[in-house]
Amino acid sequence: MKIEIRDQPFDPWQELSSYQQTGSTAASSYGATALFVGTMRDFNEGDRVHGMTLEHYPGMTEKHLEAICHNAIDRCNLLDALVIHRVGPIEPGEPIVLVAVWSAHRAAAFDACRLIMDDLKSRAPFWKKEELDEGKVRWVDHNT
Amino acid sequence: MSITIRLFASLREQLGTECCQAEPDAVSNVEEAWRAVAGDSPQGENVLVAVNMEYVKPGAAVKDGDEVAFFPPVTGG
Repeated sequence: MKIEIRDQPFDPWQELSSYQQTGSTAASSYGATALFVGTMRDFNEGDRVHGMTLEHYPGMTEKHLEAICHNAIDRCNLLDALVIHRVGPIEPGEPIVLVAVWSAHRAAAFDACRLIMDDLKSRAPFWKKEELDEGKVRWVDHNT
Repeated sequence: MSITIRLFASLREQLGTECCQAEPDAVSNVEEAWRAVAGDSPQGENVLVAVNMEYVKPGAAVKDGDEVAFFPPVTGG
């Protein structure tokens, strides 16, 4: 299992490939891989968004993501999980989050990927501040 | 020792501070920690609270050496 907070852009496909080749403990025992990539949009709530800054709570965020992944591994009988999440300034089109999970069969992988993302969005301490037209800024006050 | 109180995101900006220390004699639960950092400002129903990086419920106890954090609803992912 790997949890990482990144303050630089990352390529989720390269990360997935690299982890699967060198870091994953699923080895050749997995039959299913499910993944989710969340990307920054250039609009929100009807407004154009030029960029945003993602803040987190160092220490608690990592701890919480680890707990989410352990919960998914236990509940869904996963073989392995990988979560990478951006912080800092982000531009539209850049990946924000990668969640990848490995299991013996597809149902567990689909379920676990959704479970991790839903928990991450509702409980992991991250906050988005958007940059709008004319230099205005706005904290996102709820997740969709 | 003392109690560390931290604020994040919009709460930090609203209250104009990100961290403060409180004496354990004056703070024994999360409500008292809020008053130590925010004075009479109401906490708001949707504010989340963590003690030592674990979510806690209203009224949770706080002791010397603890870190208490207040923050708005999370918006990651």
